Amino acid sequence: MGEMIVVQDLVKNYGDFCAVNHIAFTVPEGKIFGFLGPNGAGKTTTIKMLTTVLDPTSGSIRVNGHDPTREQRAVRRSFGIVFQDPSLDDELTAQENMDLHGILYGVPRAERLKRIDMLVDFVGLADRKNDFVKQYSGGMKRRLEVARALLHKPRILFLDEPTIGLDPQTRNHIWGYIQQLSKEENVTVFFTTHYMEEADRVADDVAVIDHGKIVAEGTPAELKAKTNAATLEDAFIALTGHAIREEEATSADRMRMMGKVWRGAGRR
Amino acid sequence: MNAIYILCLRQLKRYIRSPARIIGSLGQPILFLIALGFGFKAMFAKAGGGDYINFLSPGIISMAILFNAVFSGIEIIWDRQFGFLKETLVAPVSRLEIVLGRTLGGAIVAMAQGTVVFVICVIAGFRIANPRLVPVAIVFMFLIALLFTSIGTVFGSVLQDMQGFPLIINFLVMPLFFFSGAIFSASGLPKALQFALRLNPLSYGVDGLRGSLSNVFVFNMATDFVVLTILTAILLGVGSYFFSKIQL
Ligand SMILES: Nc1ncnc2c1ncn2[C@@H]1O[C@H](COP(=O)(O)OP(=O)(O)OP(=O)(O)O)[C@@H](O)[C@H]1O
Ligand SMILES: [Mg+2]
Repeated sequence: MGEMIVVQDLVKNYGDFCAVNHIAFTVPEGKIFGFLGPNGAGKTTTIKMLTTVLDPTSGSIRVNGHDPTREQRAVRRSFGIVFQDPSLDDELTAQENMDLHGILYGVPRAERLKRIDMLVDFVGLADRKNDFVKQYSGGMKRRLEVARALLHKPRILFLDEPTIGLDPQTRNHIWGYIQQLSKEENVTVFFTTHYMEEADRVADDVAVIDHGKIVAEGTPAELKAKTNAATLEDAFIALTGHAIREEEATSADRMRMMGKVWRGAGRR
Repeated sequence: MNAIYILCLRQLKRYIRSPARIIGSLGQPILFLIALGFGFKAMFAKAGGGDYINFLSPGIISMAILFNAVFSGIEIIWDRQFGFLKETLVAPVSRLEIVLGRTLGGAIVAMAQGTVVFVICVIAGFRIANPRLVPVAIVFMFLIALLFTSIGTVFGSVLQDMQGFPLIINFLVMPLFFFSGAIFSASGLPKALQFALRLNPLSYGVDGLRGSLSNVFVFNMATDFVVLTILTAILLGVGSYFFSKIQL
């Protein structure tokens, strides 16, 4: 079994601010890796660097054996991603969003249509697939994004708070399927979440990141043992403290706010 | 190839599904056509310029294309804001394919708006001098559309949010329009303005369009065509370059 993600001495600075501070970890093929940390810890920033859309300040990354800063195409072919923020085209239908994704990833037509049917059914959107995404609820949009990430059968799944806004039934359903993919098809999963019981249940390994630094690593059981905690949530708080992180509004957040004002209410 | 097609198709679908945008962006050219066209008609004729509607219409068609094209390019900012841009940036296709698909789609949308304005101009009394040259006019319309969608792409890639948008409209697009010869003739202008007109890429688009539709050239058809084609190629390249530099 190879190593699907290898990160060494990775750093990302925004101006003087260090968002990711010399982190290192590896994720073996077929494993489910939970990347946990308080708000603003650097999780999304790390995922952006792993997925070729943000250049690191320094350090080295290998995703499926390729360097995201140089071999973008090979890296992009390897993964599917559910972003933390919305990424659907609201003016298209669910089917059109899925189809566009399949075409971008070069999935042949017959297979594409078959897999789209299978996946929209899997996330319970079969009878709404021809509706415009703007008519979807927040949770329905999220489910569609999960379905879309699976469409091209990626070797690696990046899931940035994939279950945000989902009801418990859907959460269990989706995690059940992802665990099955990891077991049966050896898909590697890199995910973040703020639901510690979820991480405890599905992750083979976790790393805890705080202020851009990895402060602990191991199986959920190891972290609990190390901190003498009954639950992963207690372990998490023991590792990262009680202080609430003030989050500076980023320009992306401001823009999103402005978008809401511009285009009216009713968006997630 | 498929990526270019599907991203282009997406732009067209979004356009067709947004009647508010279609109608909204007709407002400005129609206003200019009526206010200037009928307002200056008598004066223009008295000064010996002939029919002002015939002179003005190619300028108004250019205007419609210019605004829609720049807007189409700048739509990258919306896509960034509403998140869809990410979906295309992580896909295993080259940035060039993404830019080509978007630009082609945006240019076709701008063309469509230009065509609607063309029809409105004809209804308002625009007489085409040489109907056989209409295909040539369409080529010029498309070149204007491609060129300015590419310019929009440059700004859409560089700007982080919509705050800079009024700046671009008021300090770039408006001056480009006013100093292109769209509403007044280049001959008889002060030297400085004539110089500005020569530097303005839209001047060559307006000239090509007016030349083929109304048979009055300031430059000539070959010059217009060559200048526009070269500029379009360069700006497509520049647009792709800046687009490929986008970080999330
Ligand atoms: N474009 C940017 N410019 C400046 N600072 C940024 C930018 N993007 C993120 N940051 C900062 O980097 C830090 C890490 O942000 P990141 O989004 O990675 O956090 P996170 O761990 O994903 O948090 P959350 O749980 O809230 O999603 C934050 O302090 C954030 O403000
Ligand atoms: Mg995050």
